[in-house]
Amino acid sequence: MTNALRIQDLTVEYKTRRGVARAVDRVQLSLEENRTLGLAGESGCGKSTLGRAIMRLVPHPGQVAGGNIYINIDDDIPCKKGDIPKGEVDITGLNEEQMRVLRGKEIAYIFQDPMTSLNPMLTIGNHFIQMIQAHNPEIEKEEALDRGKEVLEGLGILPERVTDYPHQFSGGMRQRVMIGLGMVLRPRLLISDEPTTSLDVIVEAQILEQMAELKKTFNLTMILITHNLGVLAQTADDIAIMYCGRIVELASTENLFEAPQHPYAQALLLSVPDVTKPNKKLVWIPGAPPDLVDPIPGCMFNPRCPMAMDICKTQVPPLIESETGGLVACHLYGGK
Amino acid sequence: MTLRSYVTSRVLLMIPMVMLLLTLVFVILRVIPGDPALLHFEKGVDPVVLAEFRHRLGLDKPILEQYFDYLVGILRGDFGISMQDYAPISTHLIGRFPATLELSIYSMIFAVLLGLALGVKASKNYDTVTDHSIRLFSIVTYAIPVFFLGMVLQFFFSIWLGWLPTGRRFDAHWMPPPTVTGMYTIDSILAGDLFLLVISVRYLILPTITLGTILCGIFIRLTRTNMLETLRMDFVTAAKARGLSDGTVTYGYALRNAFLPILTMIGIQFAALLAGAILTETTFSWPGLGTYLVDRIGHRDYTAIQGTVVFFGILVSMLTLFVDILYAYLDPRIRL
Ligand SMILES: Nc1ncnc2c1ncn2[C@@H]1O[C@H](COP(=O)(O)OP(=O)(O)O)[C@@H](O)[C@H]1O
Ligand code: SF4
Ligand SMILES: [Mg+2]
Repeated sequence: MTNALRIQDLTVEYKTRRGVARAVDRVQLSLEENRTLGLAGESGCGKSTLGRAIMRLVPHPGQVAGGNIYINIDDDIPCKKGDIPKGEVDITGLNEEQMRVLRGKEIAYIFQDPMTSLNPMLTIGNHFIQMIQAHNPEIEKEEALDRGKEVLEGLGILPERVTDYPHQFSGGMRQRVMIGLGMVLRPRLLISDEPTTSLDVIVEAQILEQMAELKKTFNLTMILITHNLGVLAQTADDIAIMYCGRIVELASTENLFEAPQHPYAQALLLSVPDVTKPNKKLVWIPGAPPDLVDPIPGCMFNPRCPMAMDICKTQVPPLIESETGGLVACHLYGGK
Repeated sequence: MTLRSYVTSRVLLMIPMVMLLLTLVFVILRVIPGDPALLHFEKGVDPVVLAEFRHRLGLDKPILEQYFDYLVGILRGDFGISMQDYAPISTHLIGRFPATLELSIYSMIFAVLLGLALGVKASKNYDTVTDHSIRLFSIVTYAIPVFFLGMVLQFFFSIWLGWLPTGRRFDAHWMPPPTVTGMYTIDSILAGDLFLLVISVRYLILPTITLGTILCGIFIRLTRTNMLETLRMDFVTAAKARGLSDGTVTYGYALRNAFLPILTMIGIQFAALLAGAILTETTFSWPGLGTYLVDRIGHRDYTAIQGTVVFFGILVSMLTLFVDILYAYLDPRIRL
């Protein structure tokens, strides 16, 4: 089995006036083809930064401070500034133009807020035309538009609406347009960053279902970023839990929900509303994550962790294999 | 709201604005101390001559009647007669307007293009030396007096290098092109005369750079600020994530959305443009409305001052109205 994505020791830092915030801290991650990885954690833990780093689109003043990101490419990809050979490619070593060629074609990204993700001055049709022509200049406008219409139709949007502007669409419709734009060039890897967070629950369910269908039809490998673990129960094969820029647990969805290993994962699961037991009291994790600009030594979770030990205040727990076959970073395991 | 009803309401709104302007000019010129007629003649004057003078200018009528005549006159395109030669002021205005218009158009184009270019450059190099230098330049353009910049350019390019004329609008040895628009560059092109075109351009360069530079600061700052905002917007990142080229993203996405506020500023800057034109014309002896106004002020020619100021006022209102309508037309959220 090949890895669609392999991340090694990735570190991303924001150099702010207050100091350096390490939003992604030596992350290791590999993702097999055709699987969906859920990336979960509280707001601010670095999920979007990690996702953006895979696109090499970390916003200013963020910078990749170290590490490698490998993606797997089926065929040689021609590029004006140096062709990209097939196989495993380290995208941190590519130039801007090579990166541009990969974006949208090999890796697609769907953003959280569909209300602001489309150019208000352009019709929906023009979004498709520009996207398709950016990668295939030889394709005529009409043909590009037809492809766009086809994709939109598959997502339940009337093809004649391509002449409409973004403000004429609802949030859910716009997110479908974004998904359509993401899918139109048949990428291998789709990263969706909280694609349904800003939508209401019914639309959220519809869109998640459509995404699951697309994944099957196009053999997509997917990363689904969310702060809501509940969303992942139905959609993800594996789940990675992030805390303060680090991956603290990685497990299959089943194992994570059945037997979470890391105290933070356990606490997170207790705060997921359970539809089958509506009267169950939600437990929130007390306290807040530490300031990333002024990180604490040892395990970053120690001030909030009910099981914290002395060693937790001094030594960073390494990410090791867990009893359930996943990975976990906590001093409760391994050792001895 | 449809475009038509928008335009109608803007036009209707302009009427009270212009009325207010006309009244203000009228009142201000009456309340400044001293009798305009007496002030016009510097030394003692024969009372018979004075009475005759008052009568011809209508200054002997009751103030309300003067006001009424003035409003009706302007409605009919009659801006009164000059104290100097009893000639209609509109004749002077029409004769000199093309010179001012020509200088203003090129200066505005120069200011906007330079402003956009430097603003985009600064925003794309945010917080670098390039950015800081451009910002400093824009601040300098605010602070620098028109005549000072004009004189520095005159000294450098005309006196020292001898490349360009120091002032006036055309070479005294040659006849300007036959009048069609009154703008020498355009008339030279219409006459198909390259030689005359070169002369007119040579005379235009320094005044245009002077006035254009004075005006460009605001466009640099506005472009930079708006670009910094739009470059950070989700739809710009989303466009990059689809693999659109840097040019498309910068101009088609970021600048295109940053442009509407800049367009409004162009509208607002017409007043500053004309004010700057007055000073620039004086510095370069450019025979336009500005030098006319300054000359009339020197002669305490109140009726001519009133007519010219009113003409400037109406011009600015109409240009602003035009830009507002253009704005509505260009923004798909208003245009329907
Ligand atoms: N533009 C930015 N400037 C400075 N710091 C930032 C910026 N964006 C994110 N960060 C830092 O990175 C951390 C992770 O942010 P993000 O990746 O957006 O988290 P998530 O997507 O999990 O909510 C934040 O807590 C913050 O400290
Ligand atoms: S390492 Fe220590 S503080 Fe961190 S989660 Fe495990 S037990 Fe808690
Ligand atoms: Mg996020």
